[in-house]
Amino acid sequence: MEKQKPIIHRKDLRWYEQFYIPQIIAGMKITLTQVFRPKFTRQYPEVKWQPPPSFRGRPVLVEQNGVERCVACGLCSRVCPALAIEVQASETELSKERYPVKFEINMLRCIFCSFCEEVCPEEAIVMSQDFELTFTRQEDGIFGKDKLLTPLDKLKDRLEFLRKMR
Amino acid sequence: MVKITIDGKQYEVENNLTIIQAARESKIHIPHFCWHPKLTVSGNCRVCLVEVEKMPKLVIACSTQVADGMIVHTNSEKVIKAQNAVLEFILINHPLDCPICDEAGECKLQDYAYKYSVGESRFEFDKVRKPKRVELGPNVMLDTERCIMCSRCIRFCDEIAKKPQLTFTQRGDHVELTTFPGECLDNPYSMNVIDLCPVGALTSRDFRFKARVWEMSSTDTICVGCSRGCNIKMWVRNNEILRLTPRMNPQVNDYWMCDYGRLNTFKHVNAANRIKAPMIRKEGKLVEVGWDEAIAKVSSELKAYKKPEIAAIGSAFSSNEDNYLFVKLMGILGVKKLDIMPHIKTGDQDELLIREDKTPNMVGTREVGVKPDSNEFGFSSIMNDIRHGKVRALYVLDDDIAADPNIAEALIKIDFLVVHASNENETVKLADVVLASSSYAEKHGTFTNFQGKVQRNRPAVATLDHDRILDGMELSRLDKFGSHNDRWTQGIKRDTRATWRIVNMLATAIGIRWRYNTCEEVFNEIAAAIPAFKGLSYLKIGTNGALLNLKKKSVTVKD
Ligand code: SF4
Ligand code: SF4
Ligand code: SF4
Ligand code: SF4
Repeated sequence: MEKQKPIIHRKDLRWYEQFYIPQIIAGMKITLTQVFRPKFTRQYPEVKWQPPPSFRGRPVLVEQNGVERCVACGLCSRVCPALAIEVQASETELSKERYPVKFEINMLRCIFCSFCEEVCPEEAIVMSQDFELTFTRQEDGIFGKDKLLTPLDKLKDRLEFLRKMR
Repeated sequence: MVKITIDGKQYEVENNLTIIQAARESKIHIPHFCWHPKLTVSGNCRVCLVEVEKMPKLVIACSTQVADGMIVHTNSEKVIKAQNAVLEFILINHPLDCPICDEAGECKLQDYAYKYSVGESRFEFDKVRKPKRVELGPNVMLDTERCIMCSRCIRFCDEIAKKPQLTFTQRGDHVELTTFPGECLDNPYSMNVIDLCPVGALTSRDFRFKARVWEMSSTDTICVGCSRGCNIKMWVRNNEILRLTPRMNPQVNDYWMCDYGRLNTFKHVNAANRIKAPMIRKEGKLVEVGWDEAIAKVSSELKAYKKPEIAAIGSAFSSNEDNYLFVKLMGILGVKKLDIMPHIKTGDQDELLIREDKTPNMVGTREVGVKPDSNEFGFSSIMNDIRHGKVRALYVLDDDIAADPNIAEALIKIDFLVVHASNENETVKLADVVLASSSYAEKHGTFTNFQGKVQRNRPAVATLDHDRILDGMELSRLDKFGSHNDRWTQGIKRDTRATWRIVNMLATAIGIRWRYNTCEEVFNEIAAAIPAFKGLSYLKIGTNGALLNLKKKSVTVKD
C-alpha cells in the first residue's frame, strides 16, 4: 500500500503582516543600497565582451600564408555529432596535395562542441571568439570558405591555449 | 584430409592447403598484406606469422602447408609480439599521409595498425623520402612512399593481366615500385591493382580526392559494359555515382573488373545530357511534357498505323523484365517485326573477362522473346522495310540505333518514331516521342550474361520513382540524417521511370489491364512463363546470380 503523503498547510499571515508596510520598507532599502554600489551591466552592443581563449565561439578555418591549412581530410565532417560540416576535396599544386574546394559549416546545426577542432590533424579548424551569429534566412546559416577563413594572427590566443591543454 | 588444431580447436581440412587458407575456411582471420587468394604466394610482408608447436621459429601462415596433427597458435604471446614488431617495422618509413590519402577508411595498414600494433613509434629519425604523385599509367596514381613492398600489384600484372609492367628497383628501405623502362601501367585491367594494394600507394586517378569512402553508400549491382556482367559495388554520394569497384563472384569475374567497365559505365547517369522528363516533338522541336500526355500520344499514334507498318526494336542494354513486357505488349498489338540491334566489337575479347558482345543482356533478351519469327522480320529487313516505306512507325527500346549513320539515314523516312532513352543521342534527335527511361543504376532488374547467369542490378541512384528510404535503397550516413536545409541532400532526382514501368503505363493507356506494381512481379511472371527461367526468383538469384535452365533450349553459349 502506498503511504499517504502528509498535507502541509500554509500558515495564515499575522495581523501586522497583513499591512505589508515592513516588507515594502525592506524592499526599498535593498533598492537604495544598490543605487550606490558599482555597476556590472555592459552596454552591449556598444561595449563588447572579449571572451577568454577557452571560449568556444563559432568554428573557423586557419589561414596561413594566404591559404587554408586544411587538407580536406573530412575528419571534422565525420566526427561532427551534428553533421554540420561539408568538405569537398580537390587537388592542389602545393605539397599538401589536397585542399578543400568547398568547405561549409551549417551554423544551424553546429552545437559548438569543438570536436572538429579536437580531431583535426592539421590544427586547421579552431573555435574562434566570435559568438555573434544572426541571420534571417536558413540559407544564410551555411557559412562557406569566405566566412570561415581567418588569418592565423587573429587565432594565436586559441592556438596557444590548445597547445597548453594538450 | 588432415586434422589440425588452430587456437585450441580441431578442424579437418584438405591436405594441400596452407595454414592461412585452412584458417580462412575455419573463419579464423590471420592478418596478411601480401597474400591474396588468387595470386601466387610471395611471403614478404611477414605479418601472417603464427606459432606452430614443435617448430623452432614462428612460420608464415601463407606458405606453410598444413600437416596432420599440426597445432597452430594465431594469438599466442609470441605471435602478438611478432605482429607488433612487423607493424612497427612497416610503419618506420610509412608517411603520416592518412589525412590526404584516398585509401583512408579502407586501408589494411590502418586497420592492422589499430588491431595489431602497439600504437606508438620508437623511431625518431627522418623517414626515407620517395617520389609522390607519380602517374603510373593513364588510370593509376602511385605514391612511392606509401608502398609497403607487398608486390601484389606486380604479381597481378604478371599472373592475372599477363602483362608484366611493374617491378621493384633498389634495395632495403630504398626499394621503389616502378614500371619497366619504356612501359606504363596501361593494361586493360590496370585498375585492379588499386583494389589489391593494401595501402594507398596505388590510387585511382579518376576517383582521386572525390570523396571519403565513409561518405558514400555502396550498392551491390552489376556492370553493363559487356556481356560478362561483372559483379560490382556502386558507390554513391548525394545521389551521384562516384566510383565502381569489383565485387567477388567466383563464377563470373573473381575479384576483378576491366578498366573500361569501371570508368565508362556510370558517367552517363549523371551527365548533363540526361533526359529529365518525357518529350514530344511539337513544331519540329522536342518539348518536355508530362507522362500522361506522352503516353497518350504514343498510344493514339500506334493505333493509327496498320500492324505491318509498325516495327519494334528491343534492347540488349535493357533488363529481362523490360524486354519481356515489351514483347508481351507488341504481341498483343500484333507487331511481328521485332528484333534487336547487335553490338559486337569483333576482336575486342580476351581470356580473362572482356567480351566481344558489348551488351549486358543479349542472352536474356533473346530468351524472353525478342527474336523475329523469321528472317523477314529481322533487324536488317526491318531497316529495308523502312527504306522502302513499308514500315512507317518504329518503337525503339533503350538503344541508340541511329549512332550508325546508315540507320540514321533510314530513320528519317519514319513517320512516327518513339524512343526510350536515358541520355540524348542520335536516335533521340530523330524521335517524335521520347520516353525518359531510368538508367541501369536507377532501377531494379535482371540481366542474363553470356554464361546464362541471371544477375540482379539494384537502384543506387534515387529518382522521383525510386525513393531512397521508402524503396529500401542503400543509405549512407548522410542520406540517413540529412534534412531539407542541408546542401548534401540536394542531388538531382529525375522524373525518369524504368522501361518496364513505361511499357506498363502504355499498355494501360491502350486499354490492357496489367497489374504489375514491382519489377519482381514481372520477373515472377517470366519465371512462370518461360522454361529457361523456371524456378528462378529474386531470392534465388541473390547477390551472386543463378543459371538459366538452358539444357533443352536453343541458345548457344560458348566459353
Ligand atoms: S563545433 Fe561540434 S557541432 Fe560545431 S562544427 Fe565542430 S564538431 Fe560540428
Ligand atoms: S579535420 Fe582539419 S584538415 Fe581535415 S577537413 Fe577538417 S579542417 Fe580540414
Ligand atoms: S604499390 Fe601497393 S600493391 Fe604494389 S607493392 Fe606497394 S603496397 Fe603492394
Ligand atoms: S569485363 Fe565487361 S562486364 Fe566486366 S567490367 Fe569490363 S565491361 Fe564490365
